Amino acid sequence: MKTFSLLTLGFWLLVVIMGHAVGLNPNQIDLNAILQWPSSQHWLGTDDLGRDILARVIRGVEVSFLVTVVVTAVTMSIGLSIGLVAGYKGGKLDAALMQLTNIFLAFPGMLLAIAFAAVLGAGINNLILALCLTGWVTYARLTRGQSLALRQRLHVLAAESLGASSLRVMLLHILPLLVSILLVEAAYSMASVMIAEASLSFLGLGIQAPNASWGAMLRDAVRFMLVAPHYVLTVGVCMMSLILAINLGGDVLRDKLDVRSERQA
Amino acid sequence: MIKRFATLLPVVFGVLCLTFALLHLVPGDPVDVMLGESASAADRTALKAQLGLDQPLLVQFGQYVMHLLQGDFGASIHTQTPISQLLWQAYPATLLLAIVALAIGLSIGVPLGIWSALKAGHWQDVLITMLSIRLAAMPAFWLGPVLMLVFAVWLGWFPVSGMTSHVAIVLPALTLGLGLSAILTRMTRTSLLEVLNEDYIRTARAKGLSERQVLLKHALRAALLPLVTIVGLQMGSLLAGAVITETIFSWNGIGRLLVDSIEKRDYPVTQACVLVVAFSYVLINQATDMVYRWLDPRTRAA
Repeated sequence: MKTFSLLTLGFWLLVVIMGHAVGLNPNQIDLNAILQWPSSQHWLGTDDLGRDILARVIRGVEVSFLVTVVVTAVTMSIGLSIGLVAGYKGGKLDAALMQLTNIFLAFPGMLLAIAFAAVLGAGINNLILALCLTGWVTYARLTRGQSLALRQRLHVLAAESLGASSLRVMLLHILPLLVSILLVEAAYSMASVMIAEASLSFLGLGIQAPNASWGAMLRDAVRFMLVAPHYVLTVGVCMMSLILAINLGGDVLRDKLDVRSERQA
Repeated sequence: MIKRFATLLPVVFGVLCLTFALLHLVPGDPVDVMLGESASAADRTALKAQLGLDQPLLVQFGQYVMHLLQGDFGASIHTQTPISQLLWQAYPATLLLAIVALAIGLSIGVPLGIWSALKAGHWQDVLITMLSIRLAAMPAFWLGPVLMLVFAVWLGWFPVSGMTSHVAIVLPALTLGLGLSAILTRMTRTSLLEVLNEDYIRTARAKGLSERQVLLKHALRAALLPLVTIVGLQMGSLLAGAVITETIFSWNGIGRLLVDSIEKRDYPVTQACVLVVAFSYVLINQATDMVYRWLDPRTRAA
């Protein structure tokens, strides 16, 4: 499990680096060679505009990595700050912040991200914005729950009685104890951010043509499924391998850091 | 009962605010975005008045809520059809899809999870676990096309898309249901394994009950309880997943209506779809909570 996860992640990283070293032309159109089956020239065949599928898959994973890392970093920072303050300060501020997260939780799954992306307009920046606007909630809830419990710990009480400021207590005495649980949460949520990015691009709300993204490629691939089934299959298999590797990586991380995660599936 | 619904009010109010705000998040003038550059000044003013955008923000919000309370969602800016009518047509289709998907998920997930737990450590368990992890990593926009390719295109058992016959629901429902079944398998397995380690199971065995009786009368009752909550939460993913699935299979439900309205920049319809799905989700969660309390004697007194 662990080796599979590491090997797959390493493989995709290597592929991205190699892609840059070789110099890809993912947007090069060749109308004489559309929807071709895999050959020695195009290892994974070509798409409906004669572009090399392999090159586009590689550029797609790069975009996917980029979006995922940025969104995870931003949502974690926002969620962490809100959760820390709510959990540590308590009282009315906590109640208000938690009411806010409850409102966001009332929208199932990606619905809110779809809605935000729809009104903000397509494009990679708005895609990231839409995912950030909706993704912080889980981190906020998790951090709040944890800091609520940690607030009662002896070392926190000791620091408080020595006159440490709230900010100091939160950053130096509570935050370090949250690192492992947040890392595990981040690992799992990276997979869902990746799926969300692809879903939005699939719906035409994310990365715009001619730039490659897995979601947009799948959307095209479905249209040409009858004549070029290899297109949809290769893109799908790539996507699945990466998501599986990230999820299993999350499991490994969880066991290693000994975190009892709420998620078990 | 009334008290429980009263606690929902702030959330409902917040959901209203957020969906109301959607139209105002449109960069620039929403009327320009919806009508395009070439629209005449008269059309713009008309649409502005229709959407109430010429009023102060608070008045707009008040009217929005008042109209909703009367069941008036406004009209589509393209066809002028009342949105409530569009929703009435689309909602049952989505509901049907979600229910069939849930039935598929439960009827595959629970038995497999039980089997997996009973055979824990054996090859059956390993195989089921491997399969369910892989299935859970298949997003709807890939599983859907694969099912379509195999069962509709190659084997020709089901129509490729549309709602022309009764069997047309099979593929979209499988797309949603298989992912759900993977999660339910894992949950059932974990839950049952936990219960089987309890003292009262050992007692039941010690007093000479057959394995079958132990399982049916003692273990499953407790083990399946947490699934109620999981199913409630997963209904949300089903409703959201329906957006993608309905688009792939041309299933005329809320999800397709949502995507269509986004493509046509018919934002009042978008708002209405988001609102209806969010409210359904809130109600489903509330209902699950109540079912759980009713089923679990430990929480009933509270």
